[in-house]
Amino acid sequence: MPEYQRHEHDVLVIGAGGAGLRAAIEAAHVGASVGLVCKSLLGKAHTVMAEGGVAAALANVDDRDNWKVHFADTMRGGQYLNNWRMAELHAKEAPDRVRELEAWGTVFDRTPDGRILQRNFGGHKYPRLAHVGDRTGLEMIRTLQDYAIYQPIDVHMECTIVSLLKDGNRIAGAIGYDRERGRFKLFSAKAVVLATGGIGRAYSVTSNSWEYTGDGHALAYNAGAAVQDMEFVQFHPTGMVWPPSVRGILVTEGVRGEGGILVNKEGRRFMFDDIPENYRNQTADSEEEGWRYTQGDKNARRPPELLTRDHVARAIMKEVREGRGSPHGGVFLDISWIRSKLPNSEEHIKKKLPSMYHQFKQLADIDITKEPMEVGPTTHYVMGGVRVDGDTQMSTVPGLFAAGEVGAGLHGANRLGGNSLSDLLVFGMRAGKFAAEYAGRQTAPRADTQQADDIVRVALEPFNRQGGQNGEGPYQVEHDLQAMMQELVGIVRREDEMRRALDSLKALRERARKVSVAGNREYNPGWHTALDLQNLLTVSEIVARAALERKESRGGHFRDDFPEKDPSYGKFNIVIRRGPAGEMQVTREQIPEMRDDLKRIIEENK
Amino acid sequence: MDAGPSVREKKVSSVTEALARNVVESGQRAAARSDTSAGTEKRSATFRVWRGAGPTGELRDYSTSVSEGMVVLDAIHQIQAETAGDLAVRWNCKAGKCGSCSAEINGMPRLMCMTRLSELDLQKPVTVEPMRAFPPVKDLVTDVSSNFRAKKRIRRFTPRPPDAPDGTWRMAQADADRVQEFRKCIECFLCQDVCHVLRDHHLHEQFIGPRLLVHAAQLEMHPLDILDRTDDLKESHGIGYCNITKCCTKVCPENITITDNAIIPLKERVVDKHYDPLGKLVRLVRGRNSADRHQGEVR
Repeated sequence: MPEYQRHEHDVLVIGAGGAGLRAAIEAAHVGASVGLVCKSLLGKAHTVMAEGGVAAALANVDDRDNWKVHFADTMRGGQYLNNWRMAELHAKEAPDRVRELEAWGTVFDRTPDGRILQRNFGGHKYPRLAHVGDRTGLEMIRTLQDYAIYQPIDVHMECTIVSLLKDGNRIAGAIGYDRERGRFKLFSAKAVVLATGGIGRAYSVTSNSWEYTGDGHALAYNAGAAVQDMEFVQFHPTGMVWPPSVRGILVTEGVRGEGGILVNKEGRRFMFDDIPENYRNQTADSEEEGWRYTQGDKNARRPPELLTRDHVARAIMKEVREGRGSPHGGVFLDISWIRSKLPNSEEHIKKKLPSMYHQFKQLADIDITKEPMEVGPTTHYVMGGVRVDGDTQMSTVPGLFAAGEVGAGLHGANRLGGNSLSDLLVFGMRAGKFAAEYAGRQTAPRADTQQADDIVRVALEPFNRQGGQNGEGPYQVEHDLQAMMQELVGIVRREDEMRRALDSLKALRERARKVSVAGNREYNPGWHTALDLQNLLTVSEIVARAALERKESRGGHFRDDFPEKDPSYGKFNIVIRRGPAGEMQVTREQIPEMRDDLKRIIEENK
Repeated sequence: MDAGPSVREKKVSSVTEALARNVVESGQRAAARSDTSAGTEKRSATFRVWRGAGPTGELRDYSTSVSEGMVVLDAIHQIQAETAGDLAVRWNCKAGKCGSCSAEINGMPRLMCMTRLSELDLQKPVTVEPMRAFPPVKDLVTDVSSNFRAKKRIRRFTPRPPDAPDGTWRMAQADADRVQEFRKCIECFLCQDVCHVLRDHHLHEQFIGPRLLVHAAQLEMHPLDILDRTDDLKESHGIGYCNITKCCTKVCPENITITDNAIIPLKERVVDKHYDPLGKLVRLVRGRNSADRHQGEVR
């Protein structure tokens, strides 16, 4: 029988990025006993990678902004598949969450009169992103971390959860292992908040860190919770493409917000060639107008580079496919051209985009103040996730909550830049609050230890297969999975390819069942990869099945065989659950009718 | 309506002409960059990597192929995938933003993800060792928990009451700039690794080290913070141990001027308060504490 280190909490938060930290802080404020599990060290979560800013209608730079415009922008960006209640709460509460960060120590960039500065970003009508240069995520996670360490929160660093535990239908806790020694930890908890981030490691070209293996998505699915919108994966239009080893690393949208333009190898600014109907009124019709917009002219409209990410990513793919791409399979992103507009452009760029300047200088030998960058789409974000109640963030499993990227609903078919950091704050806070309140109403659940013992036995199997005849390691299977997903369920999708993907997944699952790992349980990345692989396989299959079901193109989901948007598909979300025999059940769930006052807001902002 | 695109096209092309030349030229440069590697055969290099559990271990040689643009972390990952599946290493973002993959490469404290192989002499084995100032856990992973404990000992951010009726503050960009430099820190702990007080004298409990002094400086110079941590810095944070060798500044991947901008000003505050008899007398008579001074600075 395995030995466990036992921990008991009212609320267990899994994941310590922006959403997890905010949830833990709120649950502690409410008075719950809180455990916070980080897969890495505290403060290293993927939130540090967020660059551009946090979207909130503070109206510091343009006083025409308010929550209604933010709401309408978010719904338009999400192609109206969003959970409108979440979009409403998000737009209303984001400003308070941002001000609260300032009270906890965040030092945002300032307006001339000393208030929080806001910048332009794709799909946002007004300058809305509070930011700190191009390292907003780092500033945010550090603020939350440095606030949280003084709260009564038990932090479990370098701990990976392998399964949730249930008591009948309701949540009872979770089981995981610590990386350092490989010891199993048994957490009893009345409520669990998932804040595990996304699934980017299912693809070979991604801006996501190693942790992004869809853990929370798989944990929830395995525990019987519904997941939705998983066909909507955001490919950020601008990732690095050269050199090969840095392919996928993010190049912030802030570059375009500061005036950066996209050009093909002929030097043509191709984004002007195709502007979607629903954005035509908001888009500049000359380069000159676009430039004025980036410099804060309130009467100018945004340049087409700042259209939504799904559109920009596809426009780049089109240039590449039709032979007008850059030498390494991307296009050019040029900020250096602003020297023709600003006398001190080099200093200006270094000040506004310091990390980008260093990133290209160090990793690619390119001085972005002098020459263009090469960029192409990179897997960045999953709009889909655990289906939750818009107000409380509780999933379909009682006591299981989800916040941040692992939750679904706010972003619909496509997320606007800057809306993820605000998502983390608004719904992290809500999940923590409601999880604590829920826990307060519960008696202590009893986790079935037999259940835990079985999980541990399966988790240790890769060691027992050591030296067997099928001694393949986990890294190769993971690599093949990523390459397959990139090719067959990537940015452009087709029925036949996705069918092939499902066949491949079956074969990969077989291989994963046989992988063996060398060494012992102490800090063994091979073993960790073998376990993460299970989650990657699960989420990959969910993505493929959801993408097959949606026979249209919308937001982050583009079907070569159904290239148009189909209005009949705008009325439901695709929801996936685990069936009684362990099979994936795919259903279509109607989106509830929107409240009339919200409908009016959308009409007024058309 | 149909005239739209051609009108648009005209406006666009007139502005992009000058630009097009620049782009085409840089495209040629970019292509040339990859040609140099495409033409040559794949080379291989030897990495001499520390393997061990706890304090015992040894350097072991691994050979792996290298390609253009690779960084040390790529090589370590390749070695994991090819021959040493259980080689322990911390990493997250692989973009120099999370500060997880700190190590000593050819004896220099660096981030593995930001150290390109092209900067190293690949004729000789590349040595990759864990940060030596911290207790070893396994292979390249060390126990950095002392840093987290030290941070908790520093008194938390405490803002003055909001200035504006809407419950927010006003601050000038110039004041923000000063602390934003310190807030760039990615907590890679390379400065702690290279600090002789910690590395050679192991005074982790007496001296918080450069990373945490940067944190303290950020709090002390924060435009909104009103606490005075000068006594703590002297008494419990051990700022006196630092003798300004500036090694920390040299290794900082974020180029924070740790010694000159953070530590020395903090030392000056300690000196002003504790070793300046005249100032002490003035404070005694006027009953002023530094919180007043701090507020005075902001307004």
